[in-house]
Amino acid sequence: MAVSFDQQIEHLLRRAGFGARQDELDLYRRQSVRGAVTALIDYESIEDDVDSMIQRDGYVQVTARPGVGFQPRTVIDDARQRWLFRMVHTNRPLQEKMTLFWHNHFATAYSKIAGLIGGDAATRYLAAKPSEDPGGVRGQIEMLREHALGNFRELLVEIAKDVAMLYWLDGRTNIRARPQENFAREIMELFTTGIGHYTEADVYAAARVFTGWNLRVVGAGATARLEFFYNAVQHDPTEKVFTFAIYPNGSKTIPARPAAEGMQDGLDFIDALAAHPATGPRLARKLFQFFVSEGAEPPAGFISRVAGTYYRTHYDMKSVVREVLLSSEFWDERAYFARYSWPVEFVVRAIKDVGWRGFSVNGALAPLNNMGQSLFEPPDVNGWDAGPLWFSTGAMLARMNFAAGLTFNQRFNLATAATPRAQSPERLLAYVMEGLPTAPMDEAVVAALTDYARGTTPWTGSATQIQNRTAGLAHLIVGSPEYQLL
Amino acid sequence: MKVTRRQFLEGGVAAFTVTFAAPAVLSDLARAQGSSGRHLVVLYLGGGNDALSMLVPYQDQFYFSRRPTIAIPSGSVLQVGTDASRVALGFHPRLTGLKEIFDQGKLAVIQRTGYENQTRSHFQGIDVWATANPTNFSGMGWIGRYLDLLPSPVDPLVGWNTSGDSPRVLLSRTVSVPSIRDPRAYAFASPNAGAEAAVSRAVATRISSHVPIDRPQLSLVYESVRAAMGTLDRVANVATYTGTVSYPTTGFGAAMRAIAGAIVRGVGSKVFYVTTGGYDTHANQNPNGPNGTYATLMAALNDGLTAFYTDLRNQSALDDTLLMTFSEFGRRISENGSAGTDHGAAALMMVIGGRVNGGLYGTSANLNPDPGNPTLENGGADVRYTFDFRSVYARVIDGWLGADSAAILGGDFRRGELSFI
Repeated sequence: MAVSFDQQIEHLLRRAGFGARQDELDLYRRQSVRGAVTALIDYESIEDDVDSMIQRDGYVQVTARPGVGFQPRTVIDDARQRWLFRMVHTNRPLQEKMTLFWHNHFATAYSKIAGLIGGDAATRYLAAKPSEDPGGVRGQIEMLREHALGNFRELLVEIAKDVAMLYWLDGRTNIRARPQENFAREIMELFTTGIGHYTEADVYAAARVFTGWNLRVVGAGATARLEFFYNAVQHDPTEKVFTFAIYPNGSKTIPARPAAEGMQDGLDFIDALAAHPATGPRLARKLFQFFVSEGAEPPAGFISRVAGTYYRTHYDMKSVVREVLLSSEFWDERAYFARYSWPVEFVVRAIKDVGWRGFSVNGALAPLNNMGQSLFEPPDVNGWDAGPLWFSTGAMLARMNFAAGLTFNQRFNLATAATPRAQSPERLLAYVMEGLPTAPMDEAVVAALTDYARGTTPWTGSATQIQNRTAGLAHLIVGSPEYQLL
Repeated sequence: MKVTRRQFLEGGVAAFTVTFAAPAVLSDLARAQGSSGRHLVVLYLGGGNDALSMLVPYQDQFYFSRRPTIAIPSGSVLQVGTDASRVALGFHPRLTGLKEIFDQGKLAVIQRTGYENQTRSHFQGIDVWATANPTNFSGMGWIGRYLDLLPSPVDPLVGWNTSGDSPRVLLSRTVSVPSIRDPRAYAFASPNAGAEAAVSRAVATRISSHVPIDRPQLSLVYESVRAAMGTLDRVANVATYTGTVSYPTTGFGAAMRAIAGAIVRGVGSKVFYVTTGGYDTHANQNPNGPNGTYATLMAALNDGLTAFYTDLRNQSALDDTLLMTFSEFGRRISENGSAGTDHGAAALMMVIGGRVNGGLYGTSANLNPDPGNPTLENGGADVRYTFDFRSVYARVIDGWLGADSAAILGGDFRRGELSFI
């Protein structure tokens, strides 16, 4: 089966974005495949005005609570709605996709932080935009979005200083008298090298490295905010010895230095983790699973090419992701529809495919929770268990039932659009399938859908019949196993 | 046939739920597989439960010196006697219901369970306990391997997972264990009403019976849909269960009520899996204050388990039920600078049920930080295990499920002294 140009563009937009709206298809179809990849990667040249479209006509809706309004800076469900809105309507799909990748990589959960400092503040440090916050707070997700295709080492420094992270992994309480191991362990196990490349002694040493990486309050009144603060008096200034190289000369020891200069310990350590020979291959593997395929182990050639780019460019993620998206593995026919969609990917693609006029993304929040993925609420610091583990029966039912809710909501729009193509049940089915691309459906499945389209009573083409069958078909297809693959 | 219309989404989005009026309580398949037999409930305390706050060695001076702010005063523990090493032990003060069950001889505590060379990683630890394999922990779960040994065809509702995700412990070659977090939300919806909706459900069922050839990735999703369609009506029967006692309004309480409902109404499930989290207490662990982090965890655990135990006892279902708890590791002996505890080693397990031989199994560690102390490891920082956790699994598999633990665990881990069942 030869892959057509349109299929290539759709594959690219499913993986590097969240599926394709008609205007996106029209835009990217005008370019070569390579040109489309470049346009997705060089997103800074595209205006980032998507938030200003919220609550305007013609876009998916958000739901504001009565008397309070829409408050994505302080209300977590509104922050979730805003992010879903962006995923549907952004013209920088790869930036949103990489933000999701990093949200999973540096997985930080709202509930723990809210338990410590309250829901309003937790939302603020996770999701506020500096332009809307009186204290200029940039929430964690805004930081990740800003660095979505930035430098990985800089991203590590930013995350080590991130207020939400300092709560989430308890760095704010890491002091010289009693070093705190939580962040120290996870920065190695999950953020960089992976397990098997460090010892328990390394964890203790790393905890001491980050002693004094705490928080303080600045400003007062409405502009008061927490910020990262290197607290020299709480830093352990003695030397720290590791089992792996910290410096390019092979030295494994961070030297004792005066406490006032002790923040350099952490920066040296982050340098070492970014440069560690296990970090590049580990990121390459995660990117393979995210963008290319989850089935088999990534080919060794892919890992060495992508990791090679990572080290050669000194951790430039734009170059790394370009290498991934232009790889032969990405464009291999066998990679098409070979990845299980994450719940948010499924929901956003379904909205883009089925339609959004009159639908509020608020209606996706409870279903997403049932599907196993609430934004800002990863189950733990390891992120979500992607792949086959998304498909418990309860989670799959939640996907099918979201398809039911969305197609019920869109039934009039669907019927209006389908009417010119509904001369017969077979034509109607062909039309609905065309708009909802899936992994190839076996004949038996198409036969069942055809029987459903034909119904038990003769086809009259009445408005009621078209409305019932169009929504019914869209429900069955979006809820089908084939549609769950990207 | 009955079609009920209800709002199932917020934000004005509605759909129609399709149910059948008189669901068969028990499928023939479930009946054939002996649903009236025994039930196993496996409870995971997520995050690494601090065994030393749950079962307190309240006369060990080092317990107090190494935990200056988070030790539980000896006067407030619920004393449960001394173990074989003559260490006096007490439950966390909030475990009042569990203390009563212990006094009735229906609760066994197994101290210091673990394995060699554990990494203190949550994620590796969870996988090791799930696969029962400390060296190759990427395969099927031990419960999944048990389900694989049942005579086929296996009832899709043979297992019941109350958490929203699908944990590795339930991964099996032959069964997709349904995750049913809320039985009331476990229903089939359609954009249409009435006869149209019923037709949708019939078509969805027909499609789900399709078996794609040579497409394993797709087949896995088909299996999930098939399991969902095949279990809807029996689960709907559990959704109306309220029980003979009032369950706590926590998520854990709701999960335990659903399990009791499935057992009492005989839907055919043999194995239940339930998760309750929050045990990764690196900071502000506070086991003493009424609203302290660890005290709250113990309250939720105690109240949920006590309601479950009492409800089953009231309905004479206790003798058919065995509940086992586990956690991926215990925590460090000394508290850290954040009034919490970091990842440690040996963990504590509990087993509850009508046929349990209750009491204290195994011996406590001596908490003297001397690096030569043989009951500790990691230079005296962590409690060392004495029972391989697979020995506890082996007892449950052999003695309760009636299967062959050596086949399921890949070796003979039986230990005669673990006579809790």
